[in-house]
Amino acid sequence: MALLKLTSPHAHTTQNTGNVMQLVLLATIPGALALTAFFGWGTLINVVIASIVAVGCEATIMHLRKRPVMFYLRDCSALVTAVLLGLALPPLAPWWLVLVGTSFAIVIAKHLYGGLGYNPFNPAMVGYVVLLISFPVQMTSWPAPMPLYPEGTDAPGLWQSLQMVLPFFNESVDAFTAATPLDTFKHNTGLLVEQLYQSDPLYSQADWAGVGWEWANLGFLAGGCFLLYRKVFTWHAPVSMLVALALCSALFYDGGSSVSHGSPVLHLLSGATMLGAFFIVTDPVTSATSNRGRMIYGALVGVLIFIIRSWGSYPDAMAFAVLLMNFAAPLIDNYTLPRTYGHKKPRKATEKATDTKD
Amino acid sequence: MRKIWSLTGGIHPAENKHQSVQSSIGSLPLPDRLTIPLNQHIGAPPKLLVAEGDRVLKGQVLAEPKGFVSAGIHAPTSGIITHISDHPIPHPSGMAARCITLEPDHKEQWIEHRGIDNYREKTPSELLDIIRQSGIVGLGGAGFPSAVKLGPKQPISTLIINATECEPYITADDMLMREHPQDIVDGIKILSFILGDPDEILIGIEDNKPEAFEALKPYLQDTNITLVEFPTRYPSGGEKQLIQILTGKEVPHGGIPADIGIVCQNIGTTYAIQRAIQHGEPLISRITTVTGKACATNRNYQVLIGTPISHLLQNNGFDQSQCPRLIMGGPMMGFTLEELSIPVIKTTNCILAPTAEELPTPPPTQPCIRCGMCAEACPASLLPQQLFWHAQSQNYEKLEAHNLFDCIECGACSYVCPSNIPLVQYYRAAKGEMRKLAQEKINSDRARERFEFNQARKAKEEAEKAAKREARKRAAELARAKKADQEASPGGADTETNSADDIIKAAMARAAAKKASPEEQRAKLERGIVRAESHVNAAQQRLDGLEQDATDKQWEQARAALEDARLRLQNAEQKLAALGAPTDDKLKDATVDTAKSVMDKIQASPREALEKKVSTLKERIAVTEEKLVSADDKTLKTALQNGLKKQQAKLKDAEQQLAETPATADQPNSTPKTEDAASAAIARAQAKAAAQESMSEEEKLKASVESLQNRLKKAQAKLTAAEAEGSEHIDAFRTGVEKLQAKLTAAETQLAEKTQ
Amino acid sequence: MYEIIAQNPLLAALTALVGLALIFGAVLGYAAIKFKVKGDPIVEQIDSLLPQTQCGQCGYPGCRPYAEAIANGDTINKCPPGGQTTINAIADLLDVEAPTLDEEHGVESDTKTVAYIREDECIGCTKCIQACPVDAILGAAKQMHTVIISECTGCDLCVEPCPVDCIDMLPVAKGLADWTWDMPASSEEQVKALRADIIATDKPGQRDGVDAA
Repeated sequence: MALLKLTSPHAHTTQNTGNVMQLVLLATIPGALALTAFFGWGTLINVVIASIVAVGCEATIMHLRKRPVMFYLRDCSALVTAVLLGLALPPLAPWWLVLVGTSFAIVIAKHLYGGLGYNPFNPAMVGYVVLLISFPVQMTSWPAPMPLYPEGTDAPGLWQSLQMVLPFFNESVDAFTAATPLDTFKHNTGLLVEQLYQSDPLYSQADWAGVGWEWANLGFLAGGCFLLYRKVFTWHAPVSMLVALALCSALFYDGGSSVSHGSPVLHLLSGATMLGAFFIVTDPVTSATSNRGRMIYGALVGVLIFIIRSWGSYPDAMAFAVLLMNFAAPLIDNYTLPRTYGHKKPRKATEKATDTKD
Repeated sequence: MRKIWSLTGGIHPAENKHQSVQSSIGSLPLPDRLTIPLNQHIGAPPKLLVAEGDRVLKGQVLAEPKGFVSAGIHAPTSGIITHISDHPIPHPSGMAARCITLEPDHKEQWIEHRGIDNYREKTPSELLDIIRQSGIVGLGGAGFPSAVKLGPKQPISTLIINATECEPYITADDMLMREHPQDIVDGIKILSFILGDPDEILIGIEDNKPEAFEALKPYLQDTNITLVEFPTRYPSGGEKQLIQILTGKEVPHGGIPADIGIVCQNIGTTYAIQRAIQHGEPLISRITTVTGKACATNRNYQVLIGTPISHLLQNNGFDQSQCPRLIMGGPMMGFTLEELSIPVIKTTNCILAPTAEELPTPPPTQPCIRCGMCAEACPASLLPQQLFWHAQSQNYEKLEAHNLFDCIECGACSYVCPSNIPLVQYYRAAKGEMRKLAQEKINSDRARERFEFNQARKAKEEAEKAAKREARKRAAELARAKKADQEASPGGADTETNSADDIIKAAMARAAAKKASPEEQRAKLERGIVRAESHVNAAQQRLDGLEQDATDKQWEQARAALEDARLRLQNAEQKLAALGAPTDDKLKDATVDTAKSVMDKIQASPREALEKKVSTLKERIAVTEEKLVSADDKTLKTALQNGLKKQQAKLKDAEQQLAETPATADQPNSTPKTEDAASAAIARAQAKAAAQESMSEEEKLKASVESLQNRLKKAQAKLTAAEAEGSEHIDAFRTGVEKLQAKLTAAETQLAEKTQ
Repeated sequence: MYEIIAQNPLLAALTALVGLALIFGAVLGYAAIKFKVKGDPIVEQIDSLLPQTQCGQCGYPGCRPYAEAIANGDTINKCPPGGQTTINAIADLLDVEAPTLDEEHGVESDTKTVAYIREDECIGCTKCIQACPVDAILGAAKQMHTVIISECTGCDLCVEPCPVDCIDMLPVAKGLADWTWDMPASSEEQVKALRADIIATDKPGQRDGVDAA
């Protein structure tokens, strides 16, 4: 056997992209479980439908691009997109909503830009925003958390949930929908925060920031901490995003008047905050590259979230904030190169090769 | 306890060092032949001192350093030099280079050598010279000549001895420290002395070598040498990284450690220097680790430089069927070898023969997801994912801005990459391409400069020519204006003489453009006369000297020279006289002048040149035909046929031109040609002037019409010939003919007017 | 006045637009004067990107004339020695789409060549010396000529004038000194290798097929 000519290094970690993606999937479990526990089977049904659609789309596109299908499916990136989108969509959303969102995410947001690693925008968030703009009614019909169901109403079982989601049954979801904590705040007129908290069972029966929502967020936080521990990503982007969001909300909390935009705790533990912080903002493909860049990127996402939540027309803003910052990521990259060994100060990516001896 | 700074980035691959430290440093039987590459270091190749067939002794110089950054090589054992030829060398390219092949005679006969008992009695530069002559280079991997590194211009405050050995598998330095601690400490003291006893001497060692640490410790008790242990992390053994860990300082970009008062030496190099100074032994062997699961025994050996890898492996139970790749160096920065005949060189610290399970071949590359794990691992704080991106798109400007050239190619980024991207190879390729482009840029700048100079020179020549033409034209105009003046004046009798006079005046004007004043002219002429007289004398002498034994030809030449000199003298005297009496003799003088220039022209006339050309062309055609006959390659044949056609066409041209050349100059081999031609020309010019004088206006016009008709005929003939040949100058011919026709008609009408 | 404008929305809009136009016009006009770029450095910039072989394959007598022609609107794909790299660089500079090389002017060759004179056949006619745009040929009339290899740009302008055809364009020898690593196989090549069930290595086909898909 002839000796091979290979480039160094010859040793290699056993970790591969598929492993990394699987870790991310694993880390979504606590959050997904919390959502299921409070909002019923809808979340899991969303995730399953999205996964099937995503894998189908990915395989089709790979086949059309004449790539080895199984090799690329094994990197699990399509599954991650599907799961994140499935978790972000309202539980019990109709099947076609999930189908449209997922296929748009995979086919248009990901593969039309060149596939994994080349997409400038987070595919899950593109899918989410497309749905939010195209189908605002369906996208804002969140079911009420189970503990808040009127007495005598049972939570829909798996079969009933499927009947609501899948075609040919047309069971109505309306009976179960209710306002989310952020909705409630957005539509608050004239009540002090204190009064609002007491009057609405969504808050009065919660520990911190809304029944169900707080636990879902804590679940995602736990998953995120696991990923941090496994060094799948660095702390910079999520922490700076959470800190920026907390700071903004603390700055505008004004002690709880009737025009208050909500306490830091409410902002941190409601909506898609933790899902976004640990699973969307950390998406390496579409975020900034260097650690410094990621801090800026995360912080600006946090600020944008607060601005849109408080003064925009949507109650939550994760997807918009992330997509807006995806635009800015290359610009941030240009100005946030780390200081290289032996250099006095960091350089800029836009520098011309005139002065090499600094 | 000394403060230790932490390494930026870094990784911790499986160490795999225990396999090869089970037994002591071994030695191998002599191989059948040693192949010693001439250039084993960074810098200029050394100068070869031996030839094929020479018998050399162990330690004898085979090649001496040539240039400042260079190192010599020495015979590893006594024996015969059988070959000096190209042989594959240890290099990632797998290319061959000049090597000396030595067949050992198994006598191990040393050349006379002696160490220095007390090196402190010598000067550092004397010691540096010994190091240089001993062929010592950095044994850690790069192979930079040690004498250069140890002789910095900057003052040195810290000497760092690199005993890190951070690459997995390699244990050569570890075993060296365990077995030769005293020699190493002696070597460090020598280095310290050479560097002017720096304030601080540090030995940097990773904490995975406790045995070596303990072995060295007792020898350091009464010295100012500090042994610093730090956590094992790849690539802490990189020079820049080690400096960062031990001192917290960074080597500036584009600089060397000496810029911040630090010199760093590998521990193996230190040992080699000690051997050279205290024992007088040049660098002819080194410790090499032979390891990997494809070898039955894993061990360190004292290996002679030039030992074939195959010899090393055979003595360790190497199973090639188990070994898909063979690595020289460690698994992180080593390169693969494709042949087993490649020799061990000064920088070979390890031969790694892993099995496929041990170091699996890389799986296919997946797309980069910019996860940033590479950036976390990079010891130089680069952004490997961005570098990869720009290297792929060959965006060299961005690569430069991202500090690609600060990459030390340690391989940490590729190691951690979950997508298995061969990042380091991208950087190496991009660096190579950028260096090439930089070189091309330098070359093209030089080419531009040379081109611009070339253009400027040609433009200047053109301008000079144009200026000359302009001056001639102006002189002619001046003459014409004067003539018109005189014609207008009543003295009509002078007209005829004046026309001759005008030509002279034009010539005078031309001459005047060159000459400054009559005084100078006179002085010059007088000098000329003196010179000419001496020429005449010299020629006369030569002629006299020749009398006895001279061939006819020499005679002829000498006589011609004499005549020439006499003519010149006469000429000069005439000129001088003319200057003295300008009005009288001007005519004569100028006519002679013109005649002389005509004569020159005749001399340079194309006739002879053409004949020569025809004959050379004929010769070449003959040669080509011969070649054509002997050629068997088809392409060559067609090329030759084309060439032949071209040559034949050229010949035809030349012959035709020859035929057209006026026969007046047709006097080949006329010995006194110069004189004849000159006098003939003078006579013609005088005749012409006289004829013009005697001619009336009508006759002149007639003559000019005739000559014009002749010229037109000739031009038309040329034009038809050109048309037949399809020459590219056909347009030029055509316009020439048209112009001539126009002139002719003008002259004819003028003539008609005059005759009426 | 203000009231009339305020009450009449059409007028208000017009005033605003005209006002803005005036302000921006003033700013732009000022900038045009203040930041005026002197000379015509674009020619210099283009010239610095051209390979300086001075070969004339573009149809201009040298690189600089071609640079001037480009600055005056000629196409940028007429330089075979520079090849696609040069075209891309100029396209980048001029911010236009990079065309492919115009084959009419010659094809890009991978190997750089330089002129060699077969010296025993040289008759010393100096024709090549006159043809050389960078004065890289040394010699005098009736003396043998030789090429200064390090200065030769490989333009082959000296080949045609030689009456005895003794000039060869030979590829520059490649040695250890100018060896560099190749770029790893591109993703397309790897995909091809994948589809052939071969793991992509530097030397595809040298190892046993491994199930990749």
